Amino acid sequence: MTDFCMPSLGSDMEAGTLVEWNIQPGDEVHRGDIVAVVETVKGAIDVEIFEDGIIETLLVAPGTEIPVGTPLARLRACGEKTEPPSEKPAPEKLKQEEPVPTPGIAPSPGRQRISPFARRRAKELGMDLSTVIGSDPNRAITVFDIEATAKRLKAGLKTDMNAMRAAIAAAMSHSKREIPHYYLSAKVDMEPCMHWLETQNNQREPSERLLPVILIAKAMASVMARFPEFNGYYTSDGFAPSKNIHIGMAISLRGGGLIAPALHDCRNKDLDQLMSEFRDLVERARGGHLRSSEMSDPTITLSSLGERGVEEIMPIIFPPQVAIIGCGTVTEQPWAEGGKLSVRRGATISLAADHRVSDGHRGALFLSALAHQLQNPEKL
Amino acid sequence: MNQEEIKTRLLEILEGIAPEIEPGELESDVDFREQLDMDSMDLLNFITAVHKQMGVNIPESDYPKLTSLDACVAYLISRI
Repeated sequence: MTDFCMPSLGSDMEAGTLVEWNIQPGDEVHRGDIVAVVETVKGAIDVEIFEDGIIETLLVAPGTEIPVGTPLARLRACGEKTEPPSEKPAPEKLKQEEPVPTPGIAPSPGRQRISPFARRRAKELGMDLSTVIGSDPNRAITVFDIEATAKRLKAGLKTDMNAMRAAIAAAMSHSKREIPHYYLSAKVDMEPCMHWLETQNNQREPSERLLPVILIAKAMASVMARFPEFNGYYTSDGFAPSKNIHIGMAISLRGGGLIAPALHDCRNKDLDQLMSEFRDLVERARGGHLRSSEMSDPTITLSSLGERGVEEIMPIIFPPQVAIIGCGTVTEQPWAEGGKLSVRRGATISLAADHRVSDGHRGALFLSALAHQLQNPEKL
Repeated sequence: MNQEEIKTRLLEILEGIAPEIEPGELESDVDFREQLDMDSMDLLNFITAVHKQMGVNIPESDYPKLTSLDACVAYLISRI
C-alpha cells in the first residue's frame, strides 16, 4: 500500500486545492495517468500518478486546500489484498461534488456545457453563466469553475494575480538570495537559422510552421550532454545532474505572470515534434491543464523575449535548476567578419548559471557550443 | 465572403487569442499585434486559424502586410 501525495509543482508551491478526482476507488491506474485536477496559483494543473496500482481510497474531498506532501489517496499494487471497507471515507460526499457530465451532448461552439450542480450553485450565487470560463473547453463547467469565478469577481480579478505574483516573488527572492549567479552573453549569428526557417516555413502550412525558439531549444538539447553541470537540480544534498533534458519554456501569461513548464525530453525529439508539443504547452499554460510533471520536471530554462525589441536578457535561475538561457530579439545588425562588414541577422544569447556548480570558463564553452550548433540548423 | 464577414470572422479569431479584449475595443486601423500584446505564437495561431477557417494560406513573407485589422481584411479580400 502506498500513498499518493500532493506533489510539489515547482519550488514556489506550498499547497494546492483539489478541484476534482478523475478516479474512484477500485480504478486501476498506470504511471502517467491524470488522476486529479489541482488548483494552484499558476492555474489548474492535471496531476499525474507515478506508479501503477489500484486506487484503494480517496483521502481528500474536492474543494480542500492541501499542503504539498500530504497523502491524497491510497494505492495498492495490482494483486495486493483489499483493505477493509470501513476505512473508506464517505463516498457519497465525494460523489456529490464531482462534476456531472452531460452524456451524448456534443459541445456546440460558443456555448459550454455545464454540470447541473454547477448550474444550481451559479443560481445560488446569482451569477451570469456567460461570465464563467471553464477550466477545460472540452469538459463541462464544474462547480469549481463557478466558485473560482465568483472568487475572482469578488476580488475584482486581483486575487489570482496577487497569488501568482507572490509565488514568483518567493521563487525569485530565493534564487537571488541562495544562488550565486554569474552571467555571460554572446552575439550569435542567426542568419543560417533564419534563412533555413524561412525556406522551411515557406513550404509548410501554418499549422506546421516552426518558430525560432524551437531551434534554440533543440540546439541546447544537442550540446547539453557535454555540459552536464548546467542541467539538473541543486538541493540540500548538492548538485545532481539530470540524464534527461527537459527544457522549461518561459511563457508569459496574458494579464501578467509567467510559467516555465517543461518541454519534455528535448534531446530525443525532432523539431516538428518539439514545435507541436510547444504549441500545445503554450495553449495549456494560458488556458489551463498543464500537467504536474511539466511543472516539476524542467532541468534548465529557456527565456526568449524576442518579441518586443529586447536586445539582451539577464535571466534569473528558477530553483532548484542551476542555469537559464536567455535570447534577445533577432535583429539585422552590422556584422564584421574576415575584415569585411556586412548586414546579418543576429541575437544576443545569454547564460545565467549557478557558481556553486560551474565556473565562467565552462559557461563560456557551453554558450560557444550552443552558438556553433545554431550555425547548422539543418543538422538540428 | 464580403468585407464585413471577414472582419467579423477575424475579430472572433482574435477574441479567441486575447479573451480579455472587449468587443469593439479593438481599433481596426492600429497594429493589432501591439494592441493585443500578441507574441509570435499568438500570431502563428492567428495565421493558422485564418488558414483553417478561410482557406487562405498566408506566407511568412506577407506577415508584415498584416499591420492592422483593416489591412488584414484588405489582404484577405484580395486572396479569397
